Amino acid sequence: MREFLDGNTAIARAAIDAGCDFFAGYPITPATPILQAMMRDLPRVGGIAVQGEDEIASIGFCIGAAMAGRRALTATSGPGISLYSENLGLAQMGEVPLVVVDVQRLGPATGGATTVAQGDVQFVRWGTSGGYPLIALSPATVADCYNLTLRAFDLAERFRCPVFVLTDKEVASTMDTVDTEELEPIPVRAREIASPECAFEPCNYPSLDQNVAMSPFGGPHLLRFTTSTHDEQGYLTKNPVKIDRLNHHLIAKIERHQDEIDQVRADLQEGAEVLLISYGITARAVEEAVRYARAEGKRLSALTLLSLWPLPEKAIGEAIASLCSFSHAQEQGREEIRIVVAELNDGQLRREVERIVCRPLRSCRPQRSVQVIGVHRIDGELITPQQILQAGGVA
Amino acid sequence: MSTHIDTYLDPRRLPLPFCPGCGHHTVLKALDEALVSLQWDPHQTVIVTDIGCIGLSDSYFSTNAFHGLHGRSITYATGIKLANPDLHVIVLIGDGGCGIGGNHLINAARRNVGLTVLVANNFNFGMTGGQHSVLTPHGAITATTRAGNLERPLDVCAIAGVCGAGWVARSTVFDPDLPALIAQGLQHDGFALIDIWELCTAYYAPNNKFTKRDMMNLLEYGGFATGVLIENARPEYAAAYRKAIKEEAGKQVDKGKVLEPRFTHSIEKRLKVMIVGAAGGRVRSTGHLLGQGAVLAGLYATQRDDYPVTVMTGHSICETILDTQPIGYTGIERPDVLIWVAEEGRRQAMAALTRMTAADRAYIAGDLLPVQSEAQIISLDFERPDLRVRAQNRAIVALGVVLQQEKWYPFEALEEAVQQTQREEIARSNLEALAMGKKLSINV
Repeated sequence: MREFLDGNTAIARAAIDAGCDFFAGYPITPATPILQAMMRDLPRVGGIAVQGEDEIASIGFCIGAAMAGRRALTATSGPGISLYSENLGLAQMGEVPLVVVDVQRLGPATGGATTVAQGDVQFVRWGTSGGYPLIALSPATVADCYNLTLRAFDLAERFRCPVFVLTDKEVASTMDTVDTEELEPIPVRAREIASPECAFEPCNYPSLDQNVAMSPFGGPHLLRFTTSTHDEQGYLTKNPVKIDRLNHHLIAKIERHQDEIDQVRADLQEGAEVLLISYGITARAVEEAVRYARAEGKRLSALTLLSLWPLPEKAIGEAIASLCSFSHAQEQGREEIRIVVAELNDGQLRREVERIVCRPLRSCRPQRSVQVIGVHRIDGELITPQQILQAGGVA
Repeated sequence: MSTHIDTYLDPRRLPLPFCPGCGHHTVLKALDEALVSLQWDPHQTVIVTDIGCIGLSDSYFSTNAFHGLHGRSITYATGIKLANPDLHVIVLIGDGGCGIGGNHLINAARRNVGLTVLVANNFNFGMTGGQHSVLTPHGAITATTRAGNLERPLDVCAIAGVCGAGWVARSTVFDPDLPALIAQGLQHDGFALIDIWELCTAYYAPNNKFTKRDMMNLLEYGGFATGVLIENARPEYAAAYRKAIKEEAGKQVDKGKVLEPRFTHSIEKRLKVMIVGAAGGRVRSTGHLLGQGAVLAGLYATQRDDYPVTVMTGHSICETILDTQPIGYTGIERPDVLIWVAEEGRRQAMAALTRMTAADRAYIAGDLLPVQSEAQIISLDFERPDLRVRAQNRAIVALGVVLQQEKWYPFEALEEAVQQTQREEIARSNLEALAMGKKLSINV
C-alpha cells in the first residue's frame, strides 16, 4: 500500500503516534502545516494545542507544560529558531524533554519564506549562550520525517534535552510516494518519573552522565526548576565545584552516550574512490547520483547523516576509512581520495568533515591525500545529481 | 491538607536576600500571609519568577518553583496552567519584567489565563544598578536617565484591564490590607494582576529622594488609582479551552489516504511535468491529482510546488514527477511536458520552453500563444464556445486533455483519485472539469 504524503504531515502524524500531548507554535512558512495539523488533531486525542503570541511565548508554553508532565512539541523555521534561542538554552539548563521541528528556509533573516536551504545546521548546534550540546536529527525522505520524529520524542525522554527534527522546505513540503511499510511506529519510552515514596532532589544526578528521574509540577514531590547555575536541590549556587559538575553533566549525558543517538545510511561500495556525504533533501540528489554513476560502471560510496548533532564522527570516520581500504586508486596511479560534501549552505557540514579528515587515517598506509570538496548552493535551488558527480570527478 | 501551615516561607532559606528597607520583604511576607490564609497545598502551588531582585523570591518558598528567563515567566506559567489547570500558578515579576515581558503580559490578560501576577514595582532595575524601566515615573533620575526620565510610565493596570484581565488591583507595601488584597487576587479564577508600589532603597529612593509621602503624592496626583480596579467575569482560558475542544475528543485524527495501486501505466522512464498558472487557479491541486492518479497506477510520484508568499495573486507552479522507481531528486531542469494556462506564470513558462527540445510537449492556452520553442506546441482552446472554461478550472481541464493525449495511465485512475481523496462538492466540480478536458482533447 502507498500514500502520497508530505513531510510536514508525516511529522504531525508521528507526533500524535508518539503520544505528544502538548503543542504550541506560531505560524511561519514553511512549518505552518504542522501547527495546523496539531491544532486540529491534538484535541481529538486529549491533548492541548495553542498558538502563542509569538515564538518566544510558544516555546515558553511548551517548556512550562513539559515540566508539568506533558510531552511537548513545537515547530518553526529559521527566523523562529532565532526567537527560540534563549529558551533552548533554558531547556538545556533545566533539562526539559522537548521536540523542536525546524523546517529550514533560505536565510539570513526573513530570507526566502518559500525557498529551500539547509543553513541552520550550525545554528541549531551553537545557537544558545554557553554552547552546550543538544540533539538534532535530519530526515531525507517523507518516511524519515515520520520515523525520526518518533525517535526525537524517544531521545527527548532518554536524554532530557531539546531534540531537533531539522528538516527543510523541500523534504517537508514536497509530496512523495511512500510505501506504508516504510513508516515504522517505534515505541517511545515513558518518562522516567521519581518514585513518590523516595526523597526527591530535582538535580541530583547519580553520576555525571546519568539523568535524574523527573517529577512534574502537581506531583507527589515539590519541584524546583531553575535556569540559573544550581545545586542538587535546584537552588542558585556560585560554588565552582557544583557549577563544574552541572555543566559537565549537560555535556557528558549526551556525549558519553552518543552511540544511542548516531544514525546514518551508509551505502559503501568496494573499490570506491569517492565518498558522497550529505543529509536532508540533498541526500536525495546524492542517492540518484550514486544510481546514475553505478549504472555506468563507476564505483562510489555514499553516506547520509540522519543524526547531525552530536556529529556521527564514528560513522563518518569509518566511511572515510572504508574508502582507504577499498580503493584501488593507488593501483591506478591516483594518490587522492575524494570526499564530496553536498549541502544547501556555504559549507556547514563540510567544515566538520574537514576536521575529521585532518586526523591521521590509520587504515591508510601509506598515508594518502584526502580532498574534501564542497558542493554548495545558496540561491534557493536544489543541488542536482550531475553537480555532485562533477564535483566528485565521476561525471 | 491535614495540618495547618503556619508559613509558606522556607525557614531553612531565610533571611530574605534583599537590601535593608527594600519593599520586596513586605511583598513576600504579604504573599506568605495570603497563602497562609488560603492554606493551599504547596504541591499544587507553583511560584514562577524570572530575572531581577524579585526573581530571587521563589527560592524562599516551600512550594513548587520555576525560575526562568527575563520577561518570560508568564509564558512558562501559561504552559503550566494549560497542562494542569488544577495548579495554583503565581507569577512574581518586577517593573523590568513588564517591559521585556510586556507582550506576554497583555496576551495572558487577553486570554484571561488563570495566573496571579504580582508586579513588585520599585520603578527601576535594582539588580543591575538602578536603570530606568517602563514603569519609571516621568522626570525620575536613574542610572540611564541622568537628566530625568523623558519617557512616560506605562500604567500596567490600565493595560491589563483594557486587554480584558479578569481582576486588576493596585496597592503599595505600606497598605496594611495588602495580604488580604493578594489573597483576593489569588482566588480569582482568571488572570489577576496586582501592581504593588514599593521603595528601592539602593537606587530609586536615594537617587530621587523618593519617600513614602512622594509615593502617595504620585498615586494621588499622577492619576494612579488604588484598590481593586477591574473585576471582569470572563471564562478562565485553560477551562475555556477544555470546554471548547470537548466535542473534538475521540474524533478521528488524520491517518492519510492509503492508495492501492490497481491500474496499469505506460511509463518506461522518468517523466517530468511542469504545470504553470496563476495562484488560485488550482495549479497545485492539479499536480496533486496527477500524482495521486499515478500512485493508483502503480507509479512513484513527487509533487513540488513553487509560489510567491502572496496568496491569491501571482504565479503558481507545480512540478510533478512520475517514475517506475522511487524518486530521489525532485527538481526539474527541463520538463518533458509543460502545461501553461495563465499569463501570471509567463516568465517561468518561457524559461522552461527555452530549455525544452523537439521531443518535449508544451500544452499552452491558446490566448498565451504564440511562443518560440523547439518543443511541440499544443494549443488549448479554453475559449471554445461550447465549453467556456473558467479561469480557475483551466489547469484541471488541461490535465484532462494531457492525460487523454499522453495516456500515461488510464483516465479512470485520475477519476478515482478525485473520488477517493476529495470532498464531494470539489470532487464533482473536478470530475466535470476533467470530462471537459476529454472533450477538448478531441480537437487538439
